[in-house]
Amino acid sequence: MDMLIQIIVAAVGSGTPLLFATLGGILIERSGIIQLGAEGLMLMGAVVACIAYIHTGSLAAALLAVFAVSALLGVIHGFLTVSLVSNQIVCGLAMTLFGAGLSAYLGKPYSGNPIPGSVPKWDMPGLESIPLIGDLFAHLDVLTWLSFLLVILMHLFIHRTSWGLHLRAIGDNPPTADVMGIRVQAFRYGYIVVGSMLIGLAGADMLLVYSPTWTEGMTAGRGWIAIALIIFARWNPVRALFCAYFFGALDTVGFRFQLLGSHIPSYFLKMIPYLVTILVLMYLGWRNRNKPSGSPEALGMPYIREQRF
Amino acid sequence: MTTSVSVEMSRICKKFGKVMANDQVDFSANAGEIHALLGENGAGKSTMMCMLSGVYRPTSGDIRLFGKSVKIRSPKDAAQLGVGMVFQNFRLVQTLTAAENIVLGEKSSFWRGSKWMRDKQEEIRGISEKFGLPFPVDRPIWQLSVGEQQRIEIVKTLYRGVGLIILDEPTSVLTPGEASQLFDTLVQLKAEGKTIILTTHKLKEVMAVADRISVMRKGRMIHTVDKSATSERELAQIMVGKEMTPPREMAKRQKGKSLLSVQHLDVLAELGRKALDNLSLEVHEGEIVGVAGVAGNGQKELAEVLSGLLPWKRGKIVFNGQEMRTASVRNAIESGISHVPENRMKSGLAGSLGVVDNLLFKSYRTKERSLLGFLRIGSNRRWSQTLVEQFDVKTPDLDTPVQQLSGGNQQKLLFAREIHREPLLMIAVHPTQGLDIGATEGVHRLLTNLRNSGKSVLLISEDLDEVLQLSDRILVIYNGGIIGEMAREEADRERIGEYMAGLRDSGEEAV
Repeated sequence: MDMLIQIIVAAVGSGTPLLFATLGGILIERSGIIQLGAEGLMLMGAVVACIAYIHTGSLAAALLAVFAVSALLGVIHGFLTVSLVSNQIVCGLAMTLFGAGLSAYLGKPYSGNPIPGSVPKWDMPGLESIPLIGDLFAHLDVLTWLSFLLVILMHLFIHRTSWGLHLRAIGDNPPTADVMGIRVQAFRYGYIVVGSMLIGLAGADMLLVYSPTWTEGMTAGRGWIAIALIIFARWNPVRALFCAYFFGALDTVGFRFQLLGSHIPSYFLKMIPYLVTILVLMYLGWRNRNKPSGSPEALGMPYIREQRF
Repeated sequence: MTTSVSVEMSRICKKFGKVMANDQVDFSANAGEIHALLGENGAGKSTMMCMLSGVYRPTSGDIRLFGKSVKIRSPKDAAQLGVGMVFQNFRLVQTLTAAENIVLGEKSSFWRGSKWMRDKQEEIRGISEKFGLPFPVDRPIWQLSVGEQQRIEIVKTLYRGVGLIILDEPTSVLTPGEASQLFDTLVQLKAEGKTIILTTHKLKEVMAVADRISVMRKGRMIHTVDKSATSERELAQIMVGKEMTPPREMAKRQKGKSLLSVQHLDVLAELGRKALDNLSLEVHEGEIVGVAGVAGNGQKELAEVLSGLLPWKRGKIVFNGQEMRTASVRNAIESGISHVPENRMKSGLAGSLGVVDNLLFKSYRTKERSLLGFLRIGSNRRWSQTLVEQFDVKTPDLDTPVQQLSGGNQQKLLFAREIHREPLLMIAVHPTQGLDIGATEGVHRLLTNLRNSGKSVLLISEDLDEVLQLSDRILVIYNGGIIGEMAREEADRERIGEYMAGLRDSGEEAV
């Protein structure tokens, strides 16, 4: 039992950055833009959080800096994909390579420096006395609580608000949305910026909560896993939560095996999440072969109004 | 009744690049009338209406709506000014419900709980019942029929309280029954004082429902008349600019031996849906067999299975005395089946490649065209040149990407490729879709020539006139099966219409 609780707690810990990144990606992709820059954005989020935190000593300032930088990157991505109508896949890959390079350069002087504090924890009153749930939720940091809140808010936003309806429309059928008076380009910009901020926050969360020193390439492919998670979760925030924790658990299982003194080489154990990504994708592809994928229908297709159709 | 002008467009010009889609067009419509805008495909009707609904902006010219001079910059502007348009390809988001599609774009009420949605659904149901436009409000669009989707589109404009409703080719996707239902609704809307503009190229509809008729040709406005002052024949003449061709005279032919025999064919389409269900048909040598039907009843799958693109689950296909065992395009090509697919730019031609490459697609393997896997460039060009001349394809040169050719020339090119191989059977799907009358005539001539030289044609078309004009025998496809068959002499529109709507059962006929 203890072992299980430990695994779940660890899964939530390593799953939260994945969750933030997946939620950000869902928001962007629901608006019809392919988001392949997650890895770069996460790295930038992490390095900016590290630098800002070390220099100002304030967590709030660090987070603000992360939001500002990832919003700026979002605007660039939006400019490229929405205004200039460039290829979204190439833009995303460029974003990843750019983020990886720039974060390595900026982070060099800070590599190995511990950050000056940690994210405060918040105990929900009365929760600790409940068995099991108390153990799971008693000592979570505020960013993790924020991620729970975000899942709920996003779910309600998408399915219960007028803007959510607009979001679903512009991702599935932008010409129709346009005819109905929805400003497709403006909304797409907005969602790219907000989604990029969430992905940046994912990187910051990794640095602030999960492994509190900057190392080059510290996200180790989690941005890519988040992109796979968007597909597993079929663009649904609630499913994204479970998918993220499932992958978080896989991440920690390898670690646990090592602690137990397993003889499996650690490289194999670290490979598990990526291997499972491939297997799950194959399984889902097979199981859903006769179903629509749930992906926004206009995903990856730029929209310009005065086109002859 | 005093008439008030609700829309007035004057000296409208619209250019797309170098192409003049509308040239100094004047048009006006009154409140409480159904105004038909008549013209062939490409006459510029849709472009005019798109400018009224804010999808395009005019290059020059003035628009006055309900007495005020306006600039319509976007569809949103148009809706606010009281213009609603029902597009030919519906503007509906497939994954959203009918009600969600109708309230789409509405700004009021950021939060939309279940009560809000229930109220809206009630309101929408009210409108749809009042005007006889029934559809399930809470089901996603992709589960609904085309007729229902069109009703949703109309309710969408009514929900926004517009005074001017534009319908772009509204009946092209409907069964005859659905179409007359639609006309009843339009008359009711007219009585409410709405202005209704209907673009179409079908004369019968115009005469059935319109009060006034404007005819466009080649981007210009030719004529506006009251219905009572004109006739179908006169309109046709104005529309095409020359005397209409009468139904094609064809020499009687003896029924040849059976060329293609399809028995009890079942085909599954995407998502496990049954696209063809126990379909049987027969094509003899030297005849044109027309397959009529409303889109989406299995026509596409029928063509694909016969041309080797789609495997079948059950049944038997015998072609030219040989049973086809598996779906193989190459096998189909080599045994003499040609295929002119439904969407020429999607599966017929490669748009960015030149004329020569497109002509080669089905014959590059032959000895004349390639040697040891290398194409014979020089002789292929000469060969292409003769085909281009023979089929009268107008192209700047042989390397022009075919997407730059006009629709008619693309289709001629496609036919050149398919016919020069002297196929035994030509499967032509909507062969004249989007073509002007001259190009259509050319395609029809090619098909009849094939027939007269003893080859067979399976003509799959939604254009009933075309089917009636060309076919020796007419089959009607409904829900993946052939439910009606009649010879050319006994064919009549009404009966075919009933079959198309599934109102008649082939079982009854046989008894």
